[in-house]
Amino acid sequence: MKAAVIVFPGSNCDRDMAVALRAAGADVEMVWHKDDGLPRGIDLVAVPGGFSFGDYLRCGAIAAQSPVCRAVIDHVHKGGYALGVCNGFQVLTETGLLPGALMRNAGIRFVCKTVPLEVATTDSDFTRGYAKGASLRIPVAHHDGNYFVDQPTLERLRAEDRIAFTYGDNPNGSTGDIAGVLSENRRVLGMMPHPERAVDAGHGGTDGRGLFDGLVGALVSA
Amino acid sequence: MKARVQVMLKTGVLDPQGEAIRHALGALGFDGVEGVRQGKVIELDLAETDAASAEAQVTEMCEKLLANTVIESYKIDLS
Repeated sequence: MKAAVIVFPGSNCDRDMAVALRAAGADVEMVWHKDDGLPRGIDLVAVPGGFSFGDYLRCGAIAAQSPVCRAVIDHVHKGGYALGVCNGFQVLTETGLLPGALMRNAGIRFVCKTVPLEVATTDSDFTRGYAKGASLRIPVAHHDGNYFVDQPTLERLRAEDRIAFTYGDNPNGSTGDIAGVLSENRRVLGMMPHPERAVDAGHGGTDGRGLFDGLVGALVSA
Repeated sequence: MKARVQVMLKTGVLDPQGEAIRHALGALGFDGVEGVRQGKVIELDLAETDAASAEAQVTEMCEKLLANTVIESYKIDLS
């Protein structure tokens, strides 16, 4: 299973993402944002956390227009997988690959702590490694994590079982307590919490491993 | 031509920064501020000299980049 981790100026979770994917058994290549294509044979593109382009204009807005993002959009349109975490989630909403937008936290402050998450669906290769309703502890670290969708979109996401994770104690004002959301074909996941920061017991928890193990396992056997 | 683009959160979308400003104004003793909305202004210097064409170009810029129309609305003033 081959994964590409995109690196923008200002990305700061790219190496953590690569470590988590490699620990789950993936071959990982780092891809610089100015590259206009992805390496051959990529199964998964991971868009990491950070502050791409200094969060200028809006978080993820400039990154979403970079050459490599056009390649990511093509990859997804051909049925490829993509995972966006934190700033990566913001980038994926800005490209239109995921619905909604990430706004300033309702409490204004940057939130940096480990939060309880509930696995809202196991019907995706990202969440198949967990039990439905399982409670996880995963860190969040963001200023603009307040997920907004309008009411009709929220109802649609619920009807289509596309809410991957919800917050146990909503830290940012997100609509419907949504922490992670799936695309229509269930092959794109965006989430604000950082599963890649929860894969090593030495860092305080390993609840993120289920996502990487489940995903890499599914793509290896595919 | 010059274009001045005003980007605001749509009506009905909670503006946490505007709310924080409203609270801070209240703390300074400015009573009676019933609502605050914060947005941004983007000024563009355009080579285009035809107003209709400039408006069309800036509209496309707003739709593609300057505003996120999921949550934001925009207003264009040309001069």
